[in-house]
Amino acid sequence: MKGLSTFPKGGVHPPGGKALASGKPIKNAVLSSMFVVPLSQHLGKPAECIVSVGDEVREGMLIAKASGFISAPVHSPVPGTVKEIRDIYLPNGMKSSAVVIELAGAFDRLGKEERAGDWTQLSAEALMAKVVENGIVGLGGATFPSHVKFSVPKGKKAEYFVVNGVECEPYLTADHRLMLERADQIIEGIRIISRITNAEKLAIGIEINKPDAIASMKAAAQKAKVKLDVVPLKVKYPQGDEKQLLKAITGREVPSGGLPLDIGAIVANVGTVHAVFEAVVFNKPLIERAVTVTGGAIADPQNLKVRIGTPIKTLIEECGGFTEEPAKIVMGGPMMGFTIYDLDTPVIKGTSGILALTQREVHASTRTSCISCGRCVAACPMGLNPTTLFKLIDHGDYASAMESGLMDCKECGCCGFSCPARIPLVQGMRLGKKMGRKKKSA
Amino acid sequence: MSEKNKEAEKIMRLVESSPQIHNKQSTSSIMWSVTLALLPAAAWGIYLFGARALTVLLVSIAAAVVTEAIIAAFLGRFTLFDGSAVLTGLLIGFNMPTAVPFYVPILGSVFAIAVVKWTFGGLGGNWMNPALAGRVFVFFSWTGQMTSWSTPKTVVDAVSSATPLGMLKTGLLDYSGPATGPAEFLSSNGFVGSTSGLSHFFAPLFGGGTSGKIYADLFTGNVGGCIGEVSALLLIIGALYLFAKKIITWQIPVAYLGSFALLVWIFGGNRYGTGAFSGDVLFHLFSGGIMLGALYMATDMVTSPLTGKGMIIYGVGIGFLTFLIRFYGSFPEGVSLAIILMNIFVPMINRYNKPHRFGVERKSFIDRLKEQANAREEA
Repeated sequence: MKGLSTFPKGGVHPPGGKALASGKPIKNAVLSSMFVVPLSQHLGKPAECIVSVGDEVREGMLIAKASGFISAPVHSPVPGTVKEIRDIYLPNGMKSSAVVIELAGAFDRLGKEERAGDWTQLSAEALMAKVVENGIVGLGGATFPSHVKFSVPKGKKAEYFVVNGVECEPYLTADHRLMLERADQIIEGIRIISRITNAEKLAIGIEINKPDAIASMKAAAQKAKVKLDVVPLKVKYPQGDEKQLLKAITGREVPSGGLPLDIGAIVANVGTVHAVFEAVVFNKPLIERAVTVTGGAIADPQNLKVRIGTPIKTLIEECGGFTEEPAKIVMGGPMMGFTIYDLDTPVIKGTSGILALTQREVHASTRTSCISCGRCVAACPMGLNPTTLFKLIDHGDYASAMESGLMDCKECGCCGFSCPARIPLVQGMRLGKKMGRKKKSA
Repeated sequence: MSEKNKEAEKIMRLVESSPQIHNKQSTSSIMWSVTLALLPAAAWGIYLFGARALTVLLVSIAAAVVTEAIIAAFLGRFTLFDGSAVLTGLLIGFNMPTAVPFYVPILGSVFAIAVVKWTFGGLGGNWMNPALAGRVFVFFSWTGQMTSWSTPKTVVDAVSSATPLGMLKTGLLDYSGPATGPAEFLSSNGFVGSTSGLSHFFAPLFGGGTSGKIYADLFTGNVGGCIGEVSALLLIIGALYLFAKKIITWQIPVAYLGSFALLVWIFGGNRYGTGAFSGDVLFHLFSGGIMLGALYMATDMVTSPLTGKGMIIYGVGIGFLTFLIRFYGSFPEGVSLAIILMNIFVPMINRYNKPHRFGVERKSFIDRLKEQANAREEA
């Protein structure tokens, strides 16, 4: 029997934790009285604010416009009044300006899903325009503006459009639920994106630990008569990384330093595809997303549809609060997410999960010297040598580190996860990349 | 605002880099697991050689721990809980004959910890396995004390002054009689194998007769030798635990034992005039320190290569050297020296066995050499 598709080298098997929330249907989260909407919720330039303090805003109204090609507009998640515009810290430690909106007035969209019209009559350009104006970004966590990904430069061709339904991060279940509950809409989203990108082959990769999602997507594709290849994938982190996913599905390797388009492929996460569907069919800007609130310290883990800007303490409260003092509160998945120290931090477009992890779940331990066990080398899906790279960076030799492939590191966390000496390898790589870039441009 | 929410607000977390979760194993848990895996063999050594064996083990461990504590305190660090000093001491004790004077294991431990480990910066910094280095140091300094063996408790009719390998080495020098292999040679020299206990149970596995009994004795550890190395069976059981916990991987032990066995099979028969492809593989795998070396010493993470391929090269190298020393060297045993010699090559093995990078074209070794030559020409 042929083994399940996966990537060839490295990867780890972190304990799942998905059972906590995978059975919980996505429900609408309660509304907070105050929303904090950062202007930098995507990769690239922050959006440009077009409202001022005291302004009344409507639900879904544009409050900040894109400030360049690699940028995305931001919309008001709720009706209300602009209370202040101030700087906040995002979970990744970056500072961003944010619009604070106090909830007030009437909702004119809530609960309504009226079709804007038949999108099949629209051209690829018109569809793309809807993606741009509704502020769609990658919802998998990297938040790269979607229209940039979907633009195929002259001379290149998108042979494949691959949907990422892997959700390999432990604990997270929002994409899983989306595939179960909104399969038809995702299929329609895939049709829209295949029109925009002119891709010939359509595929979706789903880890085999979600057999119900595989069945659901297959059935929906059949119903809509869309030729979609539903590929079951081996459960291995980071199967959901773009490069690893493409290797598993197309057998091609994105060259070092290259993009998926270099091998004729475009990838989007299921959440993103669903957001594209809503943007095109309902004319709905990206003002809410599915978030998994879970972890051993959360009383009642759930999947919630959350409006952007909701402070996470509101969500934690909705999930019954903490059962014990969490060792860490994490925004995103446990492998790539960031710890947060402030429960007023808002949910942004890239927030896939909020985790409250117990001491038992994190396996903290004291840092020791590197014992050259080679586990990081075995775990690295990019074939890098994290221990040597870390030493080079530690000694300030950024040039040698970059020569050894530092820039291929995508901070998936496999090395750090497997390191028994608890060396902050990923942090080292991040620093090395930053310093390396600085040196290069200097 | 609920009570819980207020509580939540109080919680302030420091920003910590991803990943937020870790594998269960830590440096210290690995060290303690290896120590645990060695305990059955240690218990057997104490049973076999009596209370003095226990004293030797405790003295070695104590010497290692005290040395570690003094140096770490001097450097303002606290490293005792990482378990590496206890493990080093235990391994040194494993490599001692029971009757050894106490100053020998003490000096071995002190040398291992103070010189081999800490002069290179402590755990992780050493390029040579400290326990083996300590063992080799005292072996060459006090060879007499290190090679006088006690009679194991369970063996009544065996030779009391030599290990089977030692007997073979010295015996074969002036032996001219007919013998088709080491087992037969030993039996013709009075080593007939025991019929008691575990050996009796395992003997049928190795065929009947005296040879079967001798193999069973070697396998279960009914022979003379260092405290911890005699029982292949218990060492393998401990190693299975380490394999199950994924603390050690198959590459080094398999490459080591495999290459050694192959060489013994091909060339081992020459000594007995039976020609090539007739060597006694079982005898050589179960005798001496090879199991202890292959499963617990060569697999030492600090001093072995990083990649799987590198580990195979390393293992084959040790197998080759062990064979050379055991068959053609002047000492009956060569495991410690073979491993230490290969330790020297580890940086080189790491250098030339980099993992293949994702998204980078595979290049043959020749192509890379050509590229380097071109680069030199341009420069």
